[in-house]
Amino acid sequence: MLSRIRAFFEARHVLEVETPLLSHASGTDPQLDFFTSSYHTPPKTQTLFLQTSPEFAMKRLLASGSGSIYQICKAFRNGEAGRFHNPEFTILEWYRVGFDLNALMADVEALFNDLFEGQLEAPQRIAYSTIFAHYTGLNALTFSHQAYCEFAQRENLPEAITLCGENHALWLDFLFSFCVQPHLGNNALCLIYGYPACQSSLARLNADNPLLTDRVEVFINGVELGNGFYELTHSLEQNARFEAEIATRKHENLPTATKDTRLLDALEAGLPECAGIAIGLDRVLMILEKSTSISEVLSFDIARA
Amino acid sequence: MAVYSTNEFRSGLKIMLDNDPCAIIENEFVKPGKGQAFNRVKIRNLKTARVIERTFKSGDTLEGADVVDMEMQYLYNDGEYRHFMNQESFEQYQADAKIVGDAALWLKDQDMCTVTLWNDAPLAVTPSNFVELEIVETDPGVRGDTSGGGGKPAKLSTGAVVRVPLFVQQGEIIKVDTRTAEYISRVKE
Repeated sequence: MLSRIRAFFEARHVLEVETPLLSHASGTDPQLDFFTSSYHTPPKTQTLFLQTSPEFAMKRLLASGSGSIYQICKAFRNGEAGRFHNPEFTILEWYRVGFDLNALMADVEALFNDLFEGQLEAPQRIAYSTIFAHYTGLNALTFSHQAYCEFAQRENLPEAITLCGENHALWLDFLFSFCVQPHLGNNALCLIYGYPACQSSLARLNADNPLLTDRVEVFINGVELGNGFYELTHSLEQNARFEAEIATRKHENLPTATKDTRLLDALEAGLPECAGIAIGLDRVLMILEKSTSISEVLSFDIARA
Repeated sequence: MAVYSTNEFRSGLKIMLDNDPCAIIENEFVKPGKGQAFNRVKIRNLKTARVIERTFKSGDTLEGADVVDMEMQYLYNDGEYRHFMNQESFEQYQADAKIVGDAALWLKDQDMCTVTLWNDAPLAVTPSNFVELEIVETDPGVRGDTSGGGGKPAKLSTGAVVRVPLFVQQGEIIKVDTRTAEYISRVKE
C-alpha cells in the first residue's frame, strides 16, 4: 500500500516531505484532544504537543513556496480508542497547489483506483444536503428544531433531543453518524462534499452559497476515511476561527490550546490557492484486508503498546 | 455508589438507567473526524431483560447499580414465593414468580443457582447451566432404539418438558442444558 501511494505521487510530481511530530502549538479544534509532553532544557521546561495532524506544518511549507507536497506520518488524538480508532495512527496528507475541490476529488478517486485495483464499484460524489435529505428527509442547511426532534422520535433515537438540544452542528453530527454514514459507499468510494457552514473547520466557504463549505469527506462501507478542504488562505479569517474555537474550549472547560501564530504568520505571507486532504491509512488497510477492527491492522494497538 | 464514564463502560458493567438496573452488553466509540464523539451502547434492562440501544456523548456518566450475582441454594416453594439461601451467611431471600420467571422450570429443591441481587433484593434467578432432573411422565420406549433419532417429549419433576431419545424411560434421571432446554444424557444413579 505504501509503495503504491509513493508511486502515485511520484508520477504526479508531488514532493514527499517530513515535518515535526512535536510542535510548540496545538490545533484548537474543540473536538480533538491532544497529547502534551515536556521539553527539558534546564533551567527551562517547555510544553510541546504531539500533532493531531501535520496540517499546520505542511501549510507553512506551502506558504514558503514548496509547491504540491504529501506526507505519510503518525498523528495523535488523545482519548480516541475503539473499533475504528487508535490514539496513535497513520495519516496520508497531501496538498495540491492550484487545485479546487473538484480537482482534489478526482485526485482521491485516482489514488483509490490504484490502491484497490478495480475491486471497488464506480466512485460516487454526492452533496451533503442531498444525502442527508435522502436518509432523513430533513434539511441539513436550515435548522428546524421541531422537525429534527420529530425525526429522532420516529427513528427511536429520543436521547438525541436532550443530547443535542438547540445545537445544530451537534444534531448534524448525531444524525449523520447514525442515520446516514452507515449507508455510504457500499463497496465503493463515496465522496460527500458541500458540508454545512457550521461544520466548516478549516475549509473555505463556498463562493456561490455561503451556507456551504468546500469540504469533502471520504467513505467506503460506512467507514470515514478522510477529510479534505479547499483551503482557507485568509489569515484574518483563520485567526477569527482560532479565536472562536479557543473560546469554545474555554466555555466547555477543555484543556487550553495555544493558537499557532507561526501558521498565521505563514498565511499572512501568503498561502497559495490549494486543496488538501488527510486519509487515515490504517482504516484504508482495514478495508483492503476486510478487517473488522483497527487493532487487526496495527502491530500493537494502544492496549498493548 | 460509584459513577462511571462512557470510557469505562465494559461488557458486564451494571449501571442505573431511567431508574432501572441495567447491564452493559456492548459499547462502540463513534466519532466523526471533525465532530462530536459519541458512544453507542447496547444495554440490557435487568428487570425486564429487554435490550435497548442508547447513544451518549463521550465522557457522559451514569451511576453504578448495586447489582451482584450470588450463588445460592434453592430451598422450597411456599406457593407464593420461592426461597433461597446464601450458604456462607445463611441469609435467606424470597422471590415471587415474576422474578423467578422461566428459571422455575429448572429449580429442584437443594440445587444451587445464581440469584442476582439489586440493593440486596432478588432481581433475577438463573439456574445452573446443567441440571439433573427425574422424568415423571413419558411414553414407554421402543426396544432396540439406541440412536435417539426422533425422540419423544418427557415431563420432568419440575414441570419442564424436553425431548428425549426413545430409549429413555419414566423414572430415570436425565441431565439437561437449561440454556437450550436440551437433553444431554442419562444419569446413572
